[in-house]
Amino acid sequence: MKELRLYMAQRITALIMAPFVIGHLAVMIYAIQGGLSAAEILGRTQGSVLWFLFYGTFVVAVSIHGAIGLRVAASEWAGVKGVALEVFMWAVGLCLFYLGAQAVWAVTFAAGVGP
Amino acid sequence: MALDVLKVTIERGPDAAAAQQSFDVPAYENQTVLDVVSWVQQNADPTLSYRFACRVGMCGSCAMMVNGVPRWTCRTHISKVLDGNAVTIGPLRNLPVIKDLAVDMDPFFDKWVEAEGVHHGALTRDDPIAPVDETTVERTTANTGIECINCSVCYAACDTVTANKDYLGPAALQRAWTLLNDAKDEGRASILDAVSGKGGCHTCHSMGSCTAYCPNDLDPMSAIAGLKRETARSFFRRGRS
Repeated sequence: MKELRLYMAQRITALIMAPFVIGHLAVMIYAIQGGLSAAEILGRTQGSVLWFLFYGTFVVAVSIHGAIGLRVAASEWAGVKGVALEVFMWAVGLCLFYLGAQAVWAVTFAAGVGP
Repeated sequence: MALDVLKVTIERGPDAAAAQQSFDVPAYENQTVLDVVSWVQQNADPTLSYRFACRVGMCGSCAMMVNGVPRWTCRTHISKVLDGNAVTIGPLRNLPVIKDLAVDMDPFFDKWVEAEGVHHGALTRDDPIAPVDETTVERTTANTGIECINCSVCYAACDTVTANKDYLGPAALQRAWTLLNDAKDEGRASILDAVSGKGGCHTCHSMGSCTAYCPNDLDPMSAIAGLKRETARSFFRRGRS
């Protein structure tokens, strides 16, 4: 029942992402009022457990959702099958997680604005 | 304006595009696509192979691609599909061609069985006939899918079948859905298992070509959506038990 598990994982992560996408867009609109600066963003996110959980959960959901979706695209459009397909899915998922987690870590725990 | 002659292009052979043949067929007031194909076979080229039986839209054997669209040819008036006075007729998409316009339907029917599209009875001939309540939601739902004539038009229309040869396809999954809602069918667990595997209902992208092209106006896409809902429900139930 691997197909069903992948399907459910993708749908559940979609449900999780929906409010995060809306929240993220709302904050973007709010944040750019009166200009946008790195200091303003970091002032909001640094040391904040709430924003760490918000974007941390978002990144996990995106990694799972995107990896499963691209697995289907690779299979149907490019004919990738078998072990190569599973390797592709995990590579996409881990890559998305690495990129996202790095950014979340940086805005939460970074020492300060870089040069 | 009445036409005298129809320019009919027939795709022959597995490499259809390379094996196109044109025929001039006399036009009649009342003429179906199947009549046109039959005229060619009877008057121009007796070696032309095609398949039909009932000619009244019941048997599901005469489906072909007509100007690139899957249709039941016995119930499609030629005037509906003519481009000027021309029409192109080919073998059904997504199925292996045997010869000319006749395709091998085995993969299509094999997938009905793979989707557990078979009767799962629990009673014997000695049991009394179980009453069926026509007013229940389940029966009404099952009724919407039972007029399928197995013509394979939905299977030929489906781009997901083209992309994924393992996909069971709209007709087989719709059959599974009607049986799932049938009070006389006892195969619930095996049906849900069959449609949750590789190429099952979760492969469907809800593009809707099956529903758009079904000659009997059935709605396999919604049937497949029903299967997705039921398998999701049973997924959570299994998690709890």
